[in-house]
Amino acid sequence: MVRVLDERGELDPASPPAPPDSELRYFYLWMLTVRTIDGRMMHLQRQGRIAFYGPITGQEATVVGSVAALGPQDWVFPALREYPAALMRGMPLSHLVHQCYGTALDVVRGRQMPCHYSSPAAHYVAMSSCIGTQVPHAVGAAMAARIRGEDTVAMAYMGDGATSEPDVHAALNFAGVYRAPVVLFCQNNGWAITVPVERQTAASRLVERAEAYGMPGVRVDGNDVLAVHRVTLQAVERARSGGGPTFIEAVTYRMLGHTTSDDPSRYRDPAEVEAWRGRDPLLRMRRFLEARGLWGDEEEAALLARVQAALNAAIEAAEAAPRPPLESLFDDVYAEPTPELERQLAEARGAGSREGAHG
Amino acid sequence: MATLNLLQAVNDALFTEMRRDERVVVFGEDVARAGGVFRTTDGLLKEFGEARVFDTPLAESGIIGIGVGMALYGLRPVAEIQFLDFIYPGFDQIVNEAAKMRYRSGGQFTCPMVIRAPYGGGIRGGHYHSQSTEAYFAHTSGLKVVIPSTPADAKGLLAASIRDPDPVIFLEPKHLYRSARGEVPEGEHVEPLGRARLVRRGEHVTLVAWGAMVPVCERSAEEAATEGVQVEVLDLRSLVPLDVDALLASVARTGRLVVVHEAARTAGFGAEVSALVAERAIEYLEAPIYRVTGYDTPFPFALENDYLPTPARVLDAVRQAVRY
Repeated sequence: MVRVLDERGELDPASPPAPPDSELRYFYLWMLTVRTIDGRMMHLQRQGRIAFYGPITGQEATVVGSVAALGPQDWVFPALREYPAALMRGMPLSHLVHQCYGTALDVVRGRQMPCHYSSPAAHYVAMSSCIGTQVPHAVGAAMAARIRGEDTVAMAYMGDGATSEPDVHAALNFAGVYRAPVVLFCQNNGWAITVPVERQTAASRLVERAEAYGMPGVRVDGNDVLAVHRVTLQAVERARSGGGPTFIEAVTYRMLGHTTSDDPSRYRDPAEVEAWRGRDPLLRMRRFLEARGLWGDEEEAALLARVQAALNAAIEAAEAAPRPPLESLFDDVYAEPTPELERQLAEARGAGSREGAHG
Repeated sequence: MATLNLLQAVNDALFTEMRRDERVVVFGEDVARAGGVFRTTDGLLKEFGEARVFDTPLAESGIIGIGVGMALYGLRPVAEIQFLDFIYPGFDQIVNEAAKMRYRSGGQFTCPMVIRAPYGGGIRGGHYHSQSTEAYFAHTSGLKVVIPSTPADAKGLLAASIRDPDPVIFLEPKHLYRSARGEVPEGEHVEPLGRARLVRRGEHVTLVAWGAMVPVCERSAEEAATEGVQVEVLDLRSLVPLDVDALLASVARTGRLVVVHEAARTAGFGAEVSALVAERAIEYLEAPIYRVTGYDTPFPFALENDYLPTPARVLDAVRQAVRY
């Protein structure tokens, strides 16, 4: 397993030089930002102000380190726990909050439950809740880029549970056969809701699959942002230069529940959670930065204040925003509504006015 | 005009659209080197090369899934599923992904792709090479469902489907691949989606059908004419969007409706046609609506001709409607 920073935040002396200071700070800044957003959104859900939330707490390094390896032209096909990709690539925080509230200002128009973001500017593709379905999309987009003569790389994220899905098998197989410029990035956080990874596969390591699909595979410490960044950069460069796909297994841990809808204390050993608390990706990076004089309490407090202020403003705006208009229910089913949809819109409008008449 | 059969017309449409638009790519099992098991993609590889025409591994969810990704990225993928009966491993990609991309992204991401599949019986293919399950797709918001019955429509509707901004399930009646022959316009030919074709005018009964059941209805209509019954035949051509106006107008003229499809009866698309007429044109009806369909059984092998609607079965329903 590739590792650069150990749990005490010390750099492996055998590793190549660390990235520049600005980049190191950038990694930590985003990890802390994301953890802060998660905390606040979880709280909003517990207060009943949003319906649902899927936190990434504990997995910040896998996402931040891998996303940072992409270029602006590259595409991201996310699963549930990759929203930092959208934010890091330019989606405003307000979009995230409006999406979780399903307001009229939500760019996906209140059509999906929270955490299903979409941002064309960030090349962050709207996801479904179906597991693994985005992986063949990434392979197809990568093939399309090559057909069009563009050097775009597609990044497909998936969880450990997704590796059991037939679509993921098909996608890895197609990626291998066509040598598509794609990175297949598996966040192995140990648990698919209540099912441990040992029950997903009898193979001891998910990365073993890479060989069967005829592509390089890398297993990396997912809580080490520097290691994740390094291996992903290599995979992206390989894809971009015509070297084909890479499968990355980032070993990490989901510190909280799958979503706000489950209670992980019912199915996980508290000792396991405690052990992983000691491998916290933020703590490790903060120690490393502090030792280099690149971060301290002052920077930490300033960043937290800035993120909380941005969240406050976004939450206030979302709570003041109206819900999407009735018409939006019928838009975007097709580019042009069918005559039947137009008829049903008229019917829905009529139902609304009848209700109104009865107060 | 050239005289082509239906599969030549499909081939013609693919050539024409690929020449017109370099974003169009064609892929599926055995489509490139072999030119398709029915030869609908014959010659494409030679003219357009393997970047745009390629054979895939044997995996329907992969074929449709990469098609979604290609469409997202700006291509116009035309994916072939070898037989409609084999499409189900890709069903999730169709109903939850391709069909929902525009909606779930607030119109930010779209999926303009065509999924072609030969469908239907009449080739002694047994259950796994004969099914007609268009209703699954017609029931799915976000999909268009198009089924030609003539060579000219096969070309024109496939061209329109490839140019359409939304995902289209394009079902080709394989029984008619070689038996349906007709004049097909040369060069670009586009037949807009959502318009039924009035195959034959008649004042007594409307027969509504699509795909391979259209010629069956035409034969029934000819037979009925010898009995003095004038039958109108309406080919829906696309189930979604549906030309409800043409359907209601025809029923208003004739006052009698028989819906004919190969698919099993229960919750088949004939039920939708019947309900629409019952809701919006019941005042014109002089007889109950009849359905002549496949039975609610799996599609058989030895008894295929007993399962499929025949001109005689359709004629029985026409007579019932007239005598009611």
